[in-house]
Amino acid sequence: MARVPARESITAIEDDIVESFELFDEWKERYVYIIELGGKMPPYPEEFRTPDYIVKGCQSQVWLHAELDDGVLYFDADSDAAIVRGLLSLAVRVFSGHTPEEIIATPPTYVQRMGLSDALSTQRSNGLNEVFGKMRRYAVAFAAVEQSETASGVSKV
Amino acid sequence: MRRFTVTNMSQVELTTSYDVDAIRADFPILRQTVHGKPLVYLDNANTTQKPQSVIDATSDFYTRYNSNIHRASHLLGELATEAYEGARDKVRGFLNAGESHDVVFVRNATEGVNLVAQTFGRQNIGAGDEILVSEMEHHCNIVPWQMLCAEKGAILRTIPVDDNGDLILSAFYDSLNERTKIVGITHMSNVLGTVTPVAEIIRAAHSIGVPVLVDAAQSAYHIAIDMQALDADFLVFSGHKLYGPTGTGVLCGRKSILDAMPPYQGGGDMIATVSFAKTTYNDIPYKFEAGTPNIAGGIGLGAAIDYLTAVGLDNIAAYEHDLLEYGTQKLLSIPGLRILGTSATKASVMTFVLNDIHAQDMGTLLDMEGIAVRTGKHCAHPVLERFGVTSTVRASLGMYNTKQELDALADGILSVRSMFG
Repeated sequence: MARVPARESITAIEDDIVESFELFDEWKERYVYIIELGGKMPPYPEEFRTPDYIVKGCQSQVWLHAELDDGVLYFDADSDAAIVRGLLSLAVRVFSGHTPEEIIATPPTYVQRMGLSDALSTQRSNGLNEVFGKMRRYAVAFAAVEQSETASGVSKV
Repeated sequence: MRRFTVTNMSQVELTTSYDVDAIRADFPILRQTVHGKPLVYLDNANTTQKPQSVIDATSDFYTRYNSNIHRASHLLGELATEAYEGARDKVRGFLNAGESHDVVFVRNATEGVNLVAQTFGRQNIGAGDEILVSEMEHHCNIVPWQMLCAEKGAILRTIPVDDNGDLILSAFYDSLNERTKIVGITHMSNVLGTVTPVAEIIRAAHSIGVPVLVDAAQSAYHIAIDMQALDADFLVFSGHKLYGPTGTGVLCGRKSILDAMPPYQGGGDMIATVSFAKTTYNDIPYKFEAGTPNIAGGIGLGAAIDYLTAVGLDNIAAYEHDLLEYGTQKLLSIPGLRILGTSATKASVMTFVLNDIHAQDMGTLLDMEGIAVRTGKHCAHPVLERFGVTSTVRASLGMYNTKQELDALADGILSVRSMFG
């Protein structure tokens, strides 16, 4: 599947998300919206539904896959829990389609700014912290691969 | 012989009319709101809240007489030792443990099982020997035995449960044989709520000389336990589920067996004499209590037992039974909701799934309504597998819960259900 880089910066996408959540007055509406977002997430590639791609430290099952295409990092994610899947869809929207360097340089701030519960924002029980950590580690690893390829003179298409 | 006077009778009347409002007033944590809603705490099988008297007892220790026990030649040390050993006596009374049993303080029920597996187990269980546990054990009564089996080449066998969550007793009798070296059995399942026929299991095991360890972590705060009547060889429970402090637990064991067991951990307090040539060990229970224990916790556990005894476990059991029936009916009226565990003997636990709504989603959304439940696998993976589910929601009762709170739970579940369309 051909993928295109994000047109906006990570920070700009985060601002968009925070703004869209400001439209809701009630916590229930926010959660219903998150659940809907999860339902609309593109299907997770089945070949990556393996233990290697499981994010540990989550109460629900969470999968995260990353690939680098033309210097841009793309993420796929899934969960068997609806709220977590919705939160993953936001994480993918924020971080997918950016360079590893931009991802490394931009720690997420949108979750704290979204007006969700403290429990969700602390990101412990839903494992979102682990997801962000793994996304960052992917970015660091791919950045290192890119550097070594450049250094060894491997040409890129 | 004491006779009942009119005063005594009126006290009996008083304790049978269960004043839940007065009980709730003793638990300061219940007064708060969570996400702007009154806290509805239904995660008691995980840990219970603490009455003010328990909080005061631990605080009083640190405020007035904090000192190490068993080795101080000063007043504070005397007071601390007296309070800590007094708590042990309270545990003894609470379990009706007689001359033939002794009380060992441990960190929790889990440590109690590990202690038995690592001492009695290593001493008495060898290659080809069998350890028998039920399919509905908490991991604390599975994994320590698996570790022992891996070390010794012994075999862990399981007693299956039926669709209601009752033990299949015929399978127990079939599995019990001359190679069985110990039976480990939960008194009450933390997932299904089933109260198991431990007395029958102990009688049957003893008839061929097999000792029994009872995991009373879930039952001890719901059901009165009588060590002498049960004749259990080992019984463990955790203080934090008994309205007491975390990091406290009890292993009550038969003295003759405890005496013959090797020590668990080495260090201070568990020795009689130490030299580099030869160290001799202290008597039971101190032989199993190396190092400075959780003194404040032990004293707090004593206060929790005082509190439970004042309310009366039988009163609590009757009240909780009524709540369980009410809550079960409420939950079953929700379309698509399935309760796991329908034993006629069950107590205080309602574990359920609702359509294909993930338990974690349910837990997160109930939390927003101020309702605290446990979600997941409850440290009992095998029994969830037995019932063909991967994750469940568990609402579990304590002595301070009310029917209004169960109404709030049912309303909360219906609200979650509507959010999933």
